[in-house]
Amino acid sequence: MVVRWWRSSVSWGEGDMLVIAGRTFRSRLFGGTGKFSSPELMCRALEASGCEMVTVALRRVNLDNPADDIMRVLDRERYLFLPNTSGARDAGEAVRLARLARAAGAGDWLKLEVTPDPRTLLPDPVETLKATEELVRDGFIVLPYINADPILALRLQDVGAAAVMPLGAPIGTNQGLLTKFQLAIIIEQAKVPVVVDAGLGAPSHAAAAMEMGADAVLVNTAIAVAGNPVVMARAFGDAVRAGRDAYEAGLGTAHSSAEPSSPEHGLGFLR
Amino acid sequence: MTAVMNIRCNGEERSVPVGTTINRLLEYLEISQDTVVVELDRVILKKDQYDSVLDGGAVVEIIRFVGGG
Repeated sequence: MVVRWWRSSVSWGEGDMLVIAGRTFRSRLFGGTGKFSSPELMCRALEASGCEMVTVALRRVNLDNPADDIMRVLDRERYLFLPNTSGARDAGEAVRLARLARAAGAGDWLKLEVTPDPRTLLPDPVETLKATEELVRDGFIVLPYINADPILALRLQDVGAAAVMPLGAPIGTNQGLLTKFQLAIIIEQAKVPVVVDAGLGAPSHAAAAMEMGADAVLVNTAIAVAGNPVVMARAFGDAVRAGRDAYEAGLGTAHSSAEPSSPEHGLGFLR
Repeated sequence: MTAVMNIRCNGEERSVPVGTTINRLLEYLEISQDTVVVELDRVILKKDQYDSVLDGGAVVEIIRFVGGG
């Protein structure tokens, strides 16, 4: 058994478990519940993904259609709910949403998302740090969504974030690991789990993030808008496991010069 | 004829009978209280406060979880 003291995951040899805030997860894929064409399809896709934690958002009830309620179909026994503060433009709005989420019975876990610019949906680092401090003091388990800023990631860990969630690319862009350079630094320096969240558009992106040593990934759009979300969800689950296995197995180093795979001796008969 | 008053509910002006409580409002709107969280004048209410009578001009927000990433 190998224990990495600076990481929260413990390797048991065959398949390791992710631990965030004292809670164990078998799956390193977290799912989003947005953008699916129907609640039933969302359920089947999330099930196929194997994920154990899902994000949800908070919005006004549509008074013209009050029966429309995603929570009718999401199994609270199966999934840990991670309410997000999407829509918040500053720390004050994020804290208000967090308190609403907790009062609605979702528990203390929170994806802190402060995105003042609707065009880019990039997270505000200053408001995110401010809100994290306040929410941690208030007993929330805070998973802040951030740009892949290594210094910000360390500051958030210092104020008690339970994990950090740097983006691969802006939300919904499906562009993959545009922030690869910075993600590598965040992963190397992290004292809490690193969840690559946003912009992962293909299972190969998720596998690449896991091969780099990310502790988990969060995927929403790429699954929800796929031609076949159930199959795509399963593919992402497979990719996350493959990437993590590869990381645990020890990837070979990249070389610029070729090295033969077959032996160089015993060729005298040819020469 | 019951006296009515105006409140604001989820951003819309509504005319409701004087003496309406949050419970009665939710019933009228056909919303189960288990599935929502309610803010009254920017204060989050506990379920046992849903019997409080609303004042005229009250601003009520009825919020629930929806799909999101």
